[in-house]
Amino acid sequence: MPKVTVDGQEIEVPDGATVLQACELAGKEIPRFCYHERLSIAGNCRMCLVEVKPGPPKPQASCALPATDGQEIRTDTQMVKTAREGVMEFLLINHPLDCPICDQGGECDLQDQAVAYGRGGSRYDMNKRAVTEKYMGPLIKTVMTRCIHCTRCVRFSEEIAGVDEIGALYRGEDMQITTYLEQAAEHELSANVIDLCPVGALTSRPYAFEARPWELKKTLSIDVSDAVGANITLHSKGREVMRATPRINDDVNEEWLSDKGRYMVDGLTKRRLDKVFLRKKGGLKPATWEEAFKAIATAKPGKSIAAVAGDMVDCETMFAAKALLKASGSSLLEGRQTGMDYDVSNLAAVNFNTTFAGIENADAILIVGSNIRWEAPLVNVRLRKVVKRGAKVYILGPSWDPTYPATFLGEDLSVLSKLPKDLIDAFKATERPAIIMGGAALAKGALGAGLAAADKLKVVKDGWNGFNVLHFSAARMGGLMLGYAQKGGMADIAAAKPKVLLALGADEMDFEPFADSLKVYIGHHGDKGAHAADIVLPAASFAEKDGTYVNTEGRVQFAEKAVFAPGDAREDWTILRALADALGVSVGFDSFAELQAAMIAEVPALGEEGLADLGALPKADSKAKAEGAISAYPIKDFYLTNPIARASAVMQQCSAELLHSDELKEAAE
Amino acid sequence: MSLQDKDRIFTNLYGFQDWGLKAAQARGDWDDTKALIARGNDAIIDEMKASGLRGRGGAGFPTGLKWSFMPKESKDGRPSFLVINADESEPGSCKDREIIRHDPHKLIEGALVAGFAMRARAAYIYIRGEYIREAETLQKAIDEAYAAGLIGKNASKSGYDFDVFMHRGAGAYICGEETAMIESLEGKKGQPRLKPPFPAGAGLYGCPTTVNNVESIAVVPTILRRGASWFSSFGNEGNHGTKLFQISGHVEKPCVVEEEMSIPFRELIDKHCGGITGGWDNLLAVIPGGSSVPLVPAEQIMDCPMDFDGLKAVGSGLGTAAVIVMDKSTDIVRAISRISYFYKHESCGQCTPCREGTGWMWRMMERLRTGDAAIEEIDMLQQVTKQVEGHTICALGDAAAWPIQGLIKHFRPELERRIHEHNAQFAPETLEAAE
Repeated sequence: MPKVTVDGQEIEVPDGATVLQACELAGKEIPRFCYHERLSIAGNCRMCLVEVKPGPPKPQASCALPATDGQEIRTDTQMVKTAREGVMEFLLINHPLDCPICDQGGECDLQDQAVAYGRGGSRYDMNKRAVTEKYMGPLIKTVMTRCIHCTRCVRFSEEIAGVDEIGALYRGEDMQITTYLEQAAEHELSANVIDLCPVGALTSRPYAFEARPWELKKTLSIDVSDAVGANITLHSKGREVMRATPRINDDVNEEWLSDKGRYMVDGLTKRRLDKVFLRKKGGLKPATWEEAFKAIATAKPGKSIAAVAGDMVDCETMFAAKALLKASGSSLLEGRQTGMDYDVSNLAAVNFNTTFAGIENADAILIVGSNIRWEAPLVNVRLRKVVKRGAKVYILGPSWDPTYPATFLGEDLSVLSKLPKDLIDAFKATERPAIIMGGAALAKGALGAGLAAADKLKVVKDGWNGFNVLHFSAARMGGLMLGYAQKGGMADIAAAKPKVLLALGADEMDFEPFADSLKVYIGHHGDKGAHAADIVLPAASFAEKDGTYVNTEGRVQFAEKAVFAPGDAREDWTILRALADALGVSVGFDSFAELQAAMIAEVPALGEEGLADLGALPKADSKAKAEGAISAYPIKDFYLTNPIARASAVMQQCSAELLHSDELKEAAE
Repeated sequence: MSLQDKDRIFTNLYGFQDWGLKAAQARGDWDDTKALIARGNDAIIDEMKASGLRGRGGAGFPTGLKWSFMPKESKDGRPSFLVINADESEPGSCKDREIIRHDPHKLIEGALVAGFAMRARAAYIYIRGEYIREAETLQKAIDEAYAAGLIGKNASKSGYDFDVFMHRGAGAYICGEETAMIESLEGKKGQPRLKPPFPAGAGLYGCPTTVNNVESIAVVPTILRRGASWFSSFGNEGNHGTKLFQISGHVEKPCVVEEEMSIPFRELIDKHCGGITGGWDNLLAVIPGGSSVPLVPAEQIMDCPMDFDGLKAVGSGLGTAAVIVMDKSTDIVRAISRISYFYKHESCGQCTPCREGTGWMWRMMERLRTGDAAIEEIDMLQQVTKQVEGHTICALGDAAAWPIQGLIKHFRPELERRIHEHNAQFAPETLEAAE
């Protein structure tokens, strides 16, 4: 641990720290543009110059200089001040200074640092450079005249996203940042460059000229577009969510967010269910709450009532429905809408046990039936890091582009029982091997075979549980913890022929077998569920209610209410509570706090933010075999996986432009 | 004191003889190279250190010392590489071209010996893209050497395997900077890397690498054959050896010539170039080391020894010894402004001070050229050059700043005269008189 002196203050810094990090440890603010903790060091903005002794008698870029024992670092001398002023002046001579019409205004590094470290004015009075705008796809708006060439975006797409899409053209003053041939950036994390850009060169296209940062109310929330549970901030103005940005959480999303999680929020104001609807003469007609509840009560469900949870519902909603069914004497609960029926008697067997941060320590990984790039883009970022560190990755399933080298083992699931020799050898040689089972494998009933393979490959060691299941529904783990699973899956629910079927935002399920049931849809978007329903009760989306979510690691997280639901829509639990009155049963809570208390009493893990303890893996059945082939992954279109995204104009545009551009071109011809 | 023919290293500098292998061998190249290698790595490096050879690319870092930074053995299996900088792009500099055109075997033999001494697996010769005929010659010479078994497996029967590859650049000045050259060799955009790590630790493809100038490498075999003491007998203390001077500009006969280091400027010009056009009284200023060093006014340069330390004493540098002579017919402001344009054009754009500063400096210089400025702006320009110098990743920022600093230091009265003259046109009395 080298000891250095920063402005006369002696401190000890960790090995391998840079001078910049040493200064930060000493509590000194070092201005920077190009340096970013999660990217490689570029050292090109020259804003972080400090004076270091011993060394040449000129200021040094602190971000790139290793801290060594006995260094004397000064951040407060005239030389440092002049150097910062000089660099600031250079950065601004070709910057348009169009802050009043720039979307970055108010949250701009260049603005802040110009105030803090710049001179009062510029001595440059000649013409400024102008740069043409570059097309970077439907999400990123570019004003390249503002670019200060920090290359954060270039490094992000190369290092984190793993696609060489953004780069620099030309040199000197004429250097321009652009995408390859000005094509749209085509990966699931592209919009993160907007957060990384320290100036207004890359801003959000859908959010352009919508609001100023100081007008927005910021609410802490959880992304429900996949089962990663990325921590986000919802920025709202009045009754509308304007944008979602990632929060830093090293355990979950680091500081990234998938494009879907970021941009589906405009779907929150479109295709909303804001009235109660009753099906009359084949069509859905507006009605009142009383009429709806009366209609349900008239069906006299008694015990014959079932509930199916959708992919984005919170634990409280599921618990409220469960309480209602329990009071009615039913336990027909299911959340795996597409009919999966894997064994859930031990939740550790369907959990991402290594944790996301932990998977970075793995040294060999077998992925079974998961297109991780689409099912959990943020996990793929971690896997990329693992591979960069030298780990081997094998993938069983149809081929996809993982952005890192991986060996594909074909589509035949029986491989699980007779794994190739080089894989077994690779796993044997490692300390921390891991298996990731995806939805496609679970759907084929390969969980048992996966556990058997895990046993054979010894992925569970002392202090290391390498068996992972990667879900892609935000509600999945919470639902399983609350008992939303039947032995035979949806087939059991259909076989029970319930008189009343409660679809809690369930839009992916097949309503065909429930032709004779009274289908009550409680949800927020006019999507597949509402189309099939007999009664539609408008509810709140994730942004419009407090709620608990459990991600695929079994991490319990809490999201807060950002805005009010539109029109007649109510928070889901209040609807279920009122329904209990209509059905004449008692659920035992009258407020959200009481509901939560009851839920925590039943499943204590849900009361504590953080990883739930799900225990050890079950003993593997070595005879378990998997059969059949994974012909396709469940997600057909990354941008349109849930009702909010399907309602979002931005997501539709992404889908059309980024995934179906060939069809567009053909249609144009 | 001046160099005698018997002491010349580059005996075919003017191409009076053939460049091919046979002719080269007749001139003494490839003469028992096996014996040179048999001396052993450390002996060669020691000999080079003793010879006092300083890098001929411009910075003047002792060559032997540079080689000794290379790892003695590979601990992790990484090979070492020698990269030879033939990206001669400094305005005024044209020595490497002559070597490659007429004496390529000196370079290839030097590559083998130097590569062996620093335990390199292969040498990459990065040749400037515009050198089309030179690249053809060099490639043919490499092919000849391979065919004769002089390089390749068991090079020159020494038992050492050594490859030589030629790589053609694409015409960027910045690729002459050692780390930018490594980037370019790896197929990336030519932009300098941050140091540390230095190339001797992690260079080409992350392996230990030494980057040397063509001239530094080409003189190695001769130094080893004739001995360090022979080489160090030329020149002043700390500036030993012979050097290729490239004299251009206002002299009667511009030329490239091999001379002793530390030869006085006047002697160099009179002996080889037939004097200054219009006589010595007509000399205005000299840029003694290629465009990136500050100019030196006539009275200071005339008797100055042409070596690293002598020119440093007059506030300039030897650089590549590309001597640009300017007589009194030169528009000195325009000359420096043109150099500023060159640096603006060649800045790689990676780091802020150079990217933004070179453009600003050039535009300022253009205004000073016509006098369309205020007196205070001269001081502002000086400050801007100081804001660039020493704040950049590589030395291009310094190289862009120094010529302007030299101009302001020595020719400020000229700048002020132009400003007064220009602004006088718009003075009220002049305008009145015109009406």
